[in-house]
Amino acid sequence: MNTSPGTPRVAVVGSGPSGLYTVAALVASGQPLHVDVIDRLPTPYGLIRYGVAPDHARMKAVTRVLAKPFAQGNVRFVGNVEIGRDLTHHELMATYDAVVYASGAERDRRLGIPGEDRPGVLGSAEFVRWYNGHPDAAAAELSLDMERVAVVGAGNVALDIARVLGRTASELRETDVPARVLATLERSTVREVHILIRRGPADVKFTPAELYQLTELADADVILHDGGDGIGDPELAEDKRVRLNLKTLRSFATTPGRGARRRIHLWFRTVPVEIAGPGRVAGIVAERAGERFTLPAGLVVTAVGFRGVPVDGLPFSESAGTVPNDAGRVVADGATVPRLYVAGWLKRGPSGIIGTNKPDGAETAAAVLADLAGRPGPARPDITEVLAQRDQRRVDWAGWLRLEAHEGTLGIADGRGRVKVHDRESMLRYSSATV
Amino acid sequence: MPYVITEACIDVMDRSCMDECPVDCIYEGGRKLYVNPFECIDCGACEPACPVEAISQDRAVPDGQEEFVADNLRFFEEALPGRAEPLGQPGGAADFGPVGVDTELVASRRRAS
Repeated sequence: MNTSPGTPRVAVVGSGPSGLYTVAALVASGQPLHVDVIDRLPTPYGLIRYGVAPDHARMKAVTRVLAKPFAQGNVRFVGNVEIGRDLTHHELMATYDAVVYASGAERDRRLGIPGEDRPGVLGSAEFVRWYNGHPDAAAAELSLDMERVAVVGAGNVALDIARVLGRTASELRETDVPARVLATLERSTVREVHILIRRGPADVKFTPAELYQLTELADADVILHDGGDGIGDPELAEDKRVRLNLKTLRSFATTPGRGARRRIHLWFRTVPVEIAGPGRVAGIVAERAGERFTLPAGLVVTAVGFRGVPVDGLPFSESAGTVPNDAGRVVADGATVPRLYVAGWLKRGPSGIIGTNKPDGAETAAAVLADLAGRPGPARPDITEVLAQRDQRRVDWAGWLRLEAHEGTLGIADGRGRVKVHDRESMLRYSSATV
Repeated sequence: MPYVITEACIDVMDRSCMDECPVDCIYEGGRKLYVNPFECIDCGACEPACPVEAISQDRAVPDGQEEFVADNLRFFEEALPGRAEPLGQPGGAADFGPVGVDTELVASRRRAS
């Protein structure tokens, strides 16, 4: 990169929506800057690629917008580089005038009930990574040879998981899930998916559109277990979101089943108290209206939210699961830490939708820009020089575009559309210029 | 299944939704805002942002507002007054700027006094 002397260099760690909306706002300022977007994976887009459900192809189209900054000469992608493994936090701070961590929240929150560590109990992050073809899950041997699955959670992730399990093979073939994942889903013997929701129908966190999508599955009925208290009158709800959700739930209650091959059960006001064994999971014990009962299940997926992972060199609040900050500026011992910022889930906690990251990233970018303004930094080495001294296979933007083009052709032989490359070695191979 | 902006937006144009939209696909007419159905990614960020509850998913618009589904599409698919070409997919409302005119349906609505 032509590094004009004195032009500030900014590193953004993480190329998911929070990182890339931060980059977009940095670039939109027009201030002279060099921005490097560093990701531990060979691919950009974070949770857009590895979190958003595969049957939400339209939502994944947000990448069209997120990719824009890379068309500018002053923004680079530095993929397959992990801070703390390939480069220390200290080295990063020495290489850039400002560092923004936007590396997300990669741990599942736990239920905190007995039996949670039994084989066959998965966190949603693990399950979602598997079906989305995350390289860390490429080797996972998951089998769906059970009839019943329980999903615990009241948010969109629980719905995503239920939908993926409720889809037919032909619906799934239209998605970009890796061939190996598709084969497992095609062999699935899952017929009953139970979603256990502690809350009542008016208090769920589902986005109305996502709840409504359950009505659109090709071969799955939705069965409502309202807990005896009814759904509530949608027209009495003040919040529009609640009103829409209640309407959809009422339609489940009044629509007779179609005799579909699969059933998705929504259990409201149902509190899981124990994962039943012995040994591998055999079911989930729950309490509803003072009564305790066991739902048999061969697989339990917990989707009760995420927690941030502490980052080397950054303060961390275990209780909040976030990095303490003031509008994006990292705060330690009551004072802002110079040149260090956070964005996204690491900054505000794991909540919100893709769009939430736009104003969030803009806020962090504004802090970076204000602090850099009129303060040319000292001469610094380029990250490519630093990394060249070690055996590190970087993926740049052109490399990602090569991999993306390859993925676009991968499904042709099977009559599918775009299909993801799953394992890291293949990703690196197809992104390299010398395939 | 994009989101659409219905009648309640006319002469209000609060624009909060434009700040929320992650793909910047809400365009500004003369008296109303319009979601570009080709660019919308169905995320739903705009819906709760609207102070007058004018935004719905196209299949869930309130009774009597169905014509606005086609009208949002028309804003982009047909040439608007004073334009030779349809807007199509401009790729972002911020760069494109206010369009300044409306569809016939919206322009024909009487102004709130």
